[in-house]
Amino acid sequence: MRERQAGMIINGVKIDDTFAEAFPMVATRLIITADTERWAFTAANSMIGFSTSVIACGVETGIEKKLKPSETPDGRPGMSVLLFAMNSKELAKQIVTRTGQSVMTSPTSACYAGIREGKKIKMGAALRYFGDGFQRSKLLGKIRYWRIPIMDGEFLVEDFTYEVPGIGGGNFLILAESRGQALSAAERAITAMNRVENVVMPFPGGVVGSGSKLGSKYPKLSASTNDAFCPTLKGLTKTELPPEVESVMEIVIDGLAEKDIARAMRAGVRAVCTLGRKNGIVRISAGHYGGKLGPYHFHLHKVLK
Amino acid sequence: MSGFAIILKDAPRQRVDLAPLTERICTAKKAAEIEKLPVFVGNRKCVLGDLFVVYGKPGERLVLDNICDKIDGIGSRWSEGMLEVYGDAGDRLGHGMTGGDIIVHGNVGNFAASGMRDGEILIEGNAGDFLGAPIPGERIGMNGGVVRVEGDAGARTGDRLRRGLILIEGDVGELCGSRMIAGSIAVMGDMGPRLGYAMRRGALFMMRPPTRFPETFNDSGTHTLPFHHLFLAHLKRQGGAFSVLNPSDNRLRKYVGDISVQGSGALLFHDS
Repeated sequence: MRERQAGMIINGVKIDDTFAEAFPMVATRLIITADTERWAFTAANSMIGFSTSVIACGVETGIEKKLKPSETPDGRPGMSVLLFAMNSKELAKQIVTRTGQSVMTSPTSACYAGIREGKKIKMGAALRYFGDGFQRSKLLGKIRYWRIPIMDGEFLVEDFTYEVPGIGGGNFLILAESRGQALSAAERAITAMNRVENVVMPFPGGVVGSGSKLGSKYPKLSASTNDAFCPTLKGLTKTELPPEVESVMEIVIDGLAEKDIARAMRAGVRAVCTLGRKNGIVRISAGHYGGKLGPYHFHLHKVLK
Repeated sequence: MSGFAIILKDAPRQRVDLAPLTERICTAKKAAEIEKLPVFVGNRKCVLGDLFVVYGKPGERLVLDNICDKIDGIGSRWSEGMLEVYGDAGDRLGHGMTGGDIIVHGNVGNFAASGMRDGEILIEGNAGDFLGAPIPGERIGMNGGVVRVEGDAGARTGDRLRRGLILIEGDVGELCGSRMIAGSIAVMGDMGPRLGYAMRRGALFMMRPPTRFPETFNDSGTHTLPFHHLFLAHLKRQGGAFSVLNPSDNRLRKYVGDISVQGSGALLFHDS
């Protein structure tokens, strides 16, 4: 759907007068630690594997930020991970399977709740049975930990994490003259957006090469290629792309609050615009579905003010 | 911080039990109301005003001054606010306490913190026997909260401890952690004999391990675990002499037992 092209231009890059449409999700934050930063990252990276979109992965996740030893409960290097799901049941299921299969199996790891408000979700309280009766719990202050004896020593996991409201599907599109330029711009955006707290960009490297639209000609599919933004479909479909655009990349943002997503979008779009029109960045747009998808609307012009 | 002050006139010849009066003292509107509360000295019934002078007005703090070791049941079922005791308290201090703070500027008798469920007790002097242990007729001892003793503690410290943390900055008597169900005890000073007798679960951290371990405990090796960091940090947060602990120094030796019962208790100490 073509938007009115109002007059916002940053460094020669046209900003469409359109909005990103986001929807409510449920979220939690986990703190994963290990003996070294490398293994904390390995555990976190394993946990966030295959979690780009709730369309097929059940959950959308990402590493929010790296944590210094002084910022983690056990004084070791850590990673903060955010997980977003469409409902509590799915979030609870994904937390247990991913913590069990990806974090507990990662050498020297431990896992803690990164949020202590909201609805309780079982974590260690469900994983403890791996200890085959040798597991022990310990209540320190108000927090209960489960100590599961494992071959590398002990897997320490907090009994509960907590579910809070989240928002999924904040996004913007980078329209560029070439694929290389679109990718450079997307990388620059992700670098800037990684500095924003309370958000993750769940797709590979934070960038979506195959953005989707709602629905499909095939009834069983809930999403399909966003043909209006596919450069190879110019001339064949009702395109959104001007002739000079050869590649479009999307950045999807999940966050804990509207203001966090807006802040991340602003950081990302501004980073892209520093490259400017002279580096092949033609337009910034955003994906929406006419209000059918969700109640949160991030208008690009408002976000960039 | 306003509140009532209750001052003992003279040490009674027989024991006085204040346990039934905590709630009525806390909800009293005037000092005169407290002075009229019935109390027994031995088997002699009198009013609290016969033994104590009361002044002040309702507030978040209650002060008991000039107290002697014949005054039992101080702070029984204490639930919120600060109770400050000057002098030596009798038995069953903080029995069944569910919240708030009790500070004793002196020693306490037997069975302090028995049945305690939450809150914090600081004893600046010594504690008698059965600290955190169940009183006769009860099945479990302390069930939550934190007790820190700056002096020594007597025998059977933490007997049937169910949950919570007991910290002793001095020495402890015999049978520390006996029949312990869960929870934690940390001792800076010397351990008495037969520690951990019939201990089922829980942790007993010692700065100075005993020269001889009970026969019913097995050496489980030395380990550097993230949990030890959390545990030591938790002890350090309690303050006092435990502030010297370094959570990063988390390589601890562990003995497991008492294997004559469940055997899941742990004696922890730094391996020198």
